[in-house]
Amino acid sequence: MSEHLKAAPVDRKIFTPGVIILLILMANGLFFGLKRFLFGLGAVTNLDNYYPWGIWITIDVASGVALAAGGFTTAALVEIFHREHYHALLRPALLTAMLGYTFVALGVLIDLGRFYNIWHPIVPSMWSGHSALFEVGMCVMAYVTVLYVEFIPVVTERFRNRVNWPGLLSRFNAFTEWVLKILDNTFVRVMFLFTITGVVLSCMHQSSLGTLMVLTPTKMNSLWWTPVLPLLFLLSAFSVGYPMVIVESMIASSSFKRKPEMELLSPLARIIPFLLGIYFAAKVIDWVDRSQLGRLFNGSTASNMCLVEFGLGVVLPLVMLLIPGIRRSPAGLFSAALLIVLGVVFNRINVFLTAFQPPYAEKVYFPSIGEISVTLGMVAALIFIYRLLVTLFPIIPTHVQKEKSHVPA
Amino acid sequence: MSVNRRQFIRNAAIAGAGSTVGMVAVRAGEDAIQPSPDAMGVLTDLTQCIGCRKCEWACNQEPSNDFRENKPMSAFEDQSVFQTHRRHSSDSLTVVNRFEGSDGKPVYVKSQCMHCVDPACLSACLVTAFKKEANGAVSYDSWRCMGCRYCLVACPFQVPSYEYLDPLTPRVRKCTLCFRERTSRGSVPACVEICPVQCMTYGKRSDLIRMARARIANYPDRYISHIYGEHEMGGTSWMYLSGEPFENLGFQTLPDEAPPRLVEGIQHSIFRYFISPILLFGLLSATMWNFKDAGSGGTSHE
Ligand code: SF4
Ligand code: SF4
Repeated sequence: MSEHLKAAPVDRKIFTPGVIILLILMANGLFFGLKRFLFGLGAVTNLDNYYPWGIWITIDVASGVALAAGGFTTAALVEIFHREHYHALLRPALLTAMLGYTFVALGVLIDLGRFYNIWHPIVPSMWSGHSALFEVGMCVMAYVTVLYVEFIPVVTERFRNRVNWPGLLSRFNAFTEWVLKILDNTFVRVMFLFTITGVVLSCMHQSSLGTLMVLTPTKMNSLWWTPVLPLLFLLSAFSVGYPMVIVESMIASSSFKRKPEMELLSPLARIIPFLLGIYFAAKVIDWVDRSQLGRLFNGSTASNMCLVEFGLGVVLPLVMLLIPGIRRSPAGLFSAALLIVLGVVFNRINVFLTAFQPPYAEKVYFPSIGEISVTLGMVAALIFIYRLLVTLFPIIPTHVQKEKSHVPA
Repeated sequence: MSVNRRQFIRNAAIAGAGSTVGMVAVRAGEDAIQPSPDAMGVLTDLTQCIGCRKCEWACNQEPSNDFRENKPMSAFEDQSVFQTHRRHSSDSLTVVNRFEGSDGKPVYVKSQCMHCVDPACLSACLVTAFKKEANGAVSYDSWRCMGCRYCLVACPFQVPSYEYLDPLTPRVRKCTLCFRERTSRGSVPACVEICPVQCMTYGKRSDLIRMARARIANYPDRYISHIYGEHEMGGTSWMYLSGEPFENLGFQTLPDEAPPRLVEGIQHSIFRYFISPILLFGLLSATMWNFKDAGSGGTSHE
């Protein structure tokens, strides 16, 4: 089937009612974002000395990084394991990763008290190899660069031999063509190096995000605190990559009124139970090893949160995806994939917030309107830019010609 | 299955087993950091403190601390503050709290940064804004700081605080043992100097421990047999003697292991000489090569 799928710019108008809602959310987020930069973190957030990290770190950054795992897992599948027939899924996955990480960087920027020092980790005199956060920072910076490089072929494909600047700028046409040609001939040739580097960098910082909380054994609920947190973060990133690709692809299909690409997504879904199964096993072995099973069922809020996270986010979708009928049904596949995605987000929220029990705290952190607004605004902006880019660039696979005339409603 | 791929799978299995062994080895962590022989420290004898809050005032006046507002002594004479349990904040790097002793008499507890032997804040910081000075003080350089607040997350004693309301130059705030203007020049911290009953002693950490042991031995009725900070979280430069069990006085019961050893054990075993990333890069390149001919033909369809 893949022969009939070719990435092409989506031919849809940009402003729809959905997009207007996105714009409103973005404006609202921007308002609180500006307020934060004018009056400080304290004016907008509920953060305090006990809970220094809120949803901007948990959702925008930690969950954002996890959900962008679709990029490196798909790149590994297509480019390293040479499952070429999934090629049609690679570009959307890379675009999400690229946008996802860009917003992770923005999320960090708005959360940093001294945002203008964000470049400090690069300065050798400030290097701090013992800090897991240092490694996360360096890897994310490097990986964002790799993702932008991986996007170059999309740009060159769109504009090569088609550069046509308006008016006076047209004198740069030849020059732009020349730049595109150079890019095409250099970067694109060594792209495999970038692909492998991207996967390595991803494995490094996906796991190190988990290492962050290993530093606080006395301040965390032992259902989540374990020295193998980095391994669990890595395995959950592996297992959320393809579900994220599936969710995204199906949402895009329905929003652009197309048929879901089940002929690609169903076989892709067969890989998920292996990855999710390994994560499942690692979680259970860790609990048994640290004798936490009793605590898991003791009925406390934390244990219930943990059971929901594990039951709905891991066990249920694992069982669902083992059933071929569910993998083949769009509704079944979508629900299972969405459960995994939400499960991983819930896991990150649990690790960084639910499990975090700082001593002497008078109240438990709950995000403020401002924090929620900024997070929603960022998500809205991400979706908006994604939509914009797929209408401009050849990203989303299209059933070329054949099916254009009879798209089912 | 081609010979190539079978061999590859075997290699991958070996690599997988290797990394699992690595993860298991990691759990042992690194060897504990020992305090340097020259390290200084403070011993606070809680049986002597009278709750006058002069130390809070001296701290506020101390130039090393760069307070944005220096308050008058009168601001620290109010005893009603003892009705609530206070913690350090961005404008108070040390606070005194009152607890009720088992004999009904008040027990006053001064708290501040413990100046850990193996500080979690320092291990957390990604731009080395904290420094463990030769005298044991944990100092902070706001110029390097990015304001990520990982140090606040990391500190097991819940010490650092943040200037959340400052939009441009917020600082992490914590006691620095008056490093800049005092202890780096051989004088004693401001709070230790001002205390009218001298309940704090500034000296070599090893001497302080000897002194504390002697006091416990000489006055077994006055002290419980526990020097808080000798071992907690890998040991601290600031230590306490008490007549009451520490858990009744707002102190946490903490393990002896310093968490940075565990984390740095993980970081070092994975990243020493970039071993794991390089191995992974090699493994992935080999895979890319091995599966080159697999193409789409060899894969399953539903
Ligand atoms: S008590 Fe906290 S702030 Fe002070 S040195 Fe130890 S970890 Fe750092
Ligand atoms: S807030 Fe500043 S001092 Fe604390 S860890 Fe972050 S960069 Fe380091």
